[in-house]
Amino acid sequence: MNIVVCIKQVPDTTEVKINPQTNTLMREGVPSIINPFDMYAIEEGLRLRERFGGRVTLLTMGPPQAKDALREALGLGADAAVLLSDRAFAGADTLATSTTLAKGVEKVGNVDLVICGKQAADGDTAQVGPGTAERLGWPHTSFVRKIHEVAGGSIKLERMTETGYEVVEMRLPAVITVVKEINEPRLPSLKGQIRAKSAEIPAWTAADLGATPEQLGLSGSPTQVVRIFTPERRSGGKILEGSLAEQLDFLVARLRETKAV
Amino acid sequence: MMEYFLTEEQKMIKDLARRVADERIAPAAAELDEKEEFPWELMKVCAESDLFGVYMPEEYGGLGGGVLEQALVVEELSRACAGVAVSYAASGLGAFPILLFGTDAQKKKYLPDIASGKKLAAFGLTEANAGSDAGGIETTAVLDGDSYVLNGTKQWITNGGEAEVYTVIAMTDKKKGSRGATAFIVEKGTPGFTFGKKEKKLGIRASATRELVFHNCRVPKENVLAREGMGFIVAMKTLDRTRPGIGAQAVGIAQGALDAAAKYARQRHQFGQPISSFQAIQHMLADMAIQVEAARAFVYAVAKSIDSGVKEFSKESAMVKVFASDVAVKVTLDAIQVFGGYGYMRDYPVEKMLRDAKITQIYEGTNQIQRNVIALELIKEYAGRK
Repeated sequence: MNIVVCIKQVPDTTEVKINPQTNTLMREGVPSIINPFDMYAIEEGLRLRERFGGRVTLLTMGPPQAKDALREALGLGADAAVLLSDRAFAGADTLATSTTLAKGVEKVGNVDLVICGKQAADGDTAQVGPGTAERLGWPHTSFVRKIHEVAGGSIKLERMTETGYEVVEMRLPAVITVVKEINEPRLPSLKGQIRAKSAEIPAWTAADLGATPEQLGLSGSPTQVVRIFTPERRSGGKILEGSLAEQLDFLVARLRETKAV
Repeated sequence: MMEYFLTEEQKMIKDLARRVADERIAPAAAELDEKEEFPWELMKVCAESDLFGVYMPEEYGGLGGGVLEQALVVEELSRACAGVAVSYAASGLGAFPILLFGTDAQKKKYLPDIASGKKLAAFGLTEANAGSDAGGIETTAVLDGDSYVLNGTKQWITNGGEAEVYTVIAMTDKKKGSRGATAFIVEKGTPGFTFGKKEKKLGIRASATRELVFHNCRVPKENVLAREGMGFIVAMKTLDRTRPGIGAQAVGIAQGALDAAAKYARQRHQFGQPISSFQAIQHMLADMAIQVEAARAFVYAVAKSIDSGVKEFSKESAMVKVFASDVAVKVTLDAIQVFGGYGYMRDYPVEKMLRDAKITQIYEGTNQIQRNVIALELIKEYAGRK
């Protein structure tokens, strides 16, 4: 089974501070970690490889220092890692990121399954996994909490919902995003870390991916951030007391007073 | 911690052992202690992280390190639970006789599985009437055809019952005294080899301490380590090499106690201020830190010296074991004092640390026997100077 796990390097949110003026993350000097949700994606990739054989390739789009994240993940036992890095990728929103990752998956070639964490701890959009599937034209299932089986060119899994779970079967190749309930990520091994230290990590550019500049980075990103703000705190509600008639009177009076009716 | 100029690989080993300790061992420590349960799941974590191979040569699947690498792991694991750490370390104690004295065939047969953590090892020397006086061993081994027949009982064997590979010292010629002992490799499952009662202990309660019972147990001749009559040399050379590991265990326990005490002292308020603002507490913490760092520096220095290939190190190995274990008992005792009444309760981790620390003054040669060894070496040295 040929598996690609997409990971993202994010600021360690336990260390991050918010700039009170701009309400944006202050990233300077904050250590980077692998997005915690991606740790479950890596673990699931490794477990599937243990069950069905094959190969786990890690993929990330980012600046050269994102290689650190790939090296750390290689220490857990992944077979290979590729960095997608180019100035042209900078400023990408979830659409442009999905496009870039999808091109990367296509270039890896013969991929059966792409696994992503359910969302990144910095952007929290949960769009890149499904977006990548759309760009690839593959089916996807998000919030996967268990993989039942992989057989006959399809995968059967459990998808977490707000009220319970759904059992989904879809054909491969496909994309899944996983939740933390799916497994307990392993610790690295010393031999894995030693191997990872000297592992070759190729960096693929926009040209390597054969992507046109309009699809990538800032120019491929229709998302416009107009304003970032903290929503105003809602004032606490009021619980009405007394008899039903008293409560009704109060309510009607209040509605009129606030010109709601 | 001070800068000890560890290599990049040694730092990697220490960091990973620390993660294993913090993320896996620490959350389980109190329950393992309470239930006196052997930590198989944690042994598996150590195995998957390659920790069992740090001191093994690469040709047997290890990472090619030595006594220092093993000490770094033992120290970190002991910070979280000495019972788990000793289960890890005792496998090394069982493996060292093979590593030091085994033939190529014996090494190839046994070491790879021990290095990978697939199998645990154990070392059997102590008996009911042979503790500090190892010359009192009563277990016998009699050559009969192509095998030796073992009879007798070993006592207080760490990893007893759980390990697959045992290195056992038995008398092949009682008349020759200490020159009549021989070391054997005995596999679990060999007919006539069973396990006696599991001991109930003061501390290191997660670890298994059990009797090894040999009743007409046939061990093939090719399982003799070194030669017949070399048993005591095998045992002494092994223990010289593993005593710094006891030192590392002691340092780890003491560091764990200091960490807990310092953290608590900052949180606990009395008379309207944290107790860490009182000089009485500050001086205790300072003394604890001085001792822990001195013990650590000593352990690393002796381990490095052994790994550098020096020939004689019985004295230093004994010294570091004595020093660090005395530190561990004193520091854990003081940690309880910093905690006050809470420290005496099982809800907090420091009373366990004292219980765990105590054994380091006793096993692998009591501190009194170590002082004998040190004094004897000293007298020999000074006699030579004239």
